[in-house]
Amino acid sequence: MVADIRGVPHSERSKRIEDSIAEVRMTEWIDKRVGKFSKGMKQRVVIASALLSDPDILLLDEPTNGLDPRGMNEVREIVKSLKSKDRLIFMSSHLLSEVSDLCDDVAIIDHGKLLAYDTLQNVTAKFSGGENVIEVGLIKPIDEGTLTKSVSKVPGILSAERADSKGLRLKFAGGPESQERILAELVKLGIGVVSFRPASSQLEDVYLNLIKETL
Amino acid sequence: MTEAPSSTRHTVPGSVTQVAIVTKYTFLDYFRSRRFYILLLITLLIGALLTALVGYYRPEAFVTAVLGFYSGWWGTSTNFVVVLSGIFFGGDAISGEFQNKTGYYSVPNPIRRSSIYVGKWLAAFIASSVILLVFTAITVANGTFYFGPNVPYQFAESLAFAWFYLVAVLGFTFFFSSLFKSTSYSILVTAILFLFAFTLIQTLVAGLVKVEPWFILTYGSDIIGNVLQATYPPHVSTNTGFGPPGTRGLTTYNVTIPTGLAIIAVYFVVTAVLGLLLFERKEFN
Repeated sequence: MVADIRGVPHSERSKRIEDSIAEVRMTEWIDKRVGKFSKGMKQRVVIASALLSDPDILLLDEPTNGLDPRGMNEVREIVKSLKSKDRLIFMSSHLLSEVSDLCDDVAIIDHGKLLAYDTLQNVTAKFSGGENVIEVGLIKPIDEGTLTKSVSKVPGILSAERADSKGLRLKFAGGPESQERILAELVKLGIGVVSFRPASSQLEDVYLNLIKETL
Repeated sequence: MTEAPSSTRHTVPGSVTQVAIVTKYTFLDYFRSRRFYILLLITLLIGALLTALVGYYRPEAFVTAVLGFYSGWWGTSTNFVVVLSGIFFGGDAISGEFQNKTGYYSVPNPIRRSSIYVGKWLAAFIASSVILLVFTAITVANGTFYFGPNVPYQFAESLAFAWFYLVAVLGFTFFFSSLFKSTSYSILVTAILFLFAFTLIQTLVAGLVKVEPWFILTYGSDIIGNVLQATYPPHVSTNTGFGPPGTRGLTTYNVTIPTGLAIIAVYFVVTAVLGLLLFERKEFN
């Protein structure tokens, strides 16, 4: 029915259905009843139905809303894989960590007013006073001396603090070039860097700062 | 969730085509469902029971005049079959979209909600018509057995009225189906209204308050049975009471054909529009 409603020609129907189901990784469930699926799987079926007409643009309205953590993860992975196939995806979400994880560009809207719109990096840089935050994962804990005397002294880093026993939270100024330099320097220090990514809470901080003015 | 149409790939069909698509698939859904066969079984049971009773007891009212037969058979049972069809196919047609979350698969598509509503309504109408057709066939078969193949023209009129009544009943059940998000509520409310409340109000209003119950749908549907009577019953009649002389009797109103048709039409138009508006505005959450 969905293929008919979307105007998918009869000759292409079977292939489009199989392709769409494959895109949301549901091929092994293709002949099962939807009623028995988990919420995450149902959401994937809905996304598959949107993919039937092979759209260039997808609008996802809170795609992980109401899902358990497993369902959320399933849907996020699907969205990531859709991104990689040259599609423009508009996604609305209240989960800012999810937005940080999935989106390249962000728009912050409060009470119908557009407060910010730019790349994720520019928005966080612009509205956090030029400071960016990076979370660094380490293979082992580092001592206080290494943190204050080596890590904090890396050019570009404004401040460094422990996030947890094997994690650091670094504030730095600048864009992607600065990030690259800092990463290279940290690797040179031999402190066991295993991950390096923008802080998931940074967008939340920006959002809270922005809406403070509208309250 | 939805996507902008891609003009270079597929053209989304027009609303009329989409109505036909929804009708086709919803009817197929009904046709594969247990409820269709349960209602068919109930209809066949009613037919079988009437066939057995009339065949065994040969009641005078049934076997002496052809109009009497159709009046006794069709006039007394059709309304029940129509109402049951409305409840079975219309009771949860819209509320089911909310309760069972099936709306998450239909509404995000590039289709107007009105197309979904109309498509579902048409599917329910076709499914109900199949049931009504089965009951019509049983009635005509029995009538032919007792009186030969001469079916009175009044039966054709009554059949047309019954179909028109079905239209209004489905409009009404779809309205309640749009009003509630719970299938149990929508089915229960429509069943109570049609099977008990309307009849009770009609009797009380006419008999005690002595006001013509022109605002009750079931009153309008009386034309289905009335038209099968040898002489169309008078608009108002008062029976003398069982008490002492001078006691006021029970007033009975018999709806005229134009009034009955008007009541049915107004009920359909008002409830269909309201139901559609409700469905258009209801949020899935």
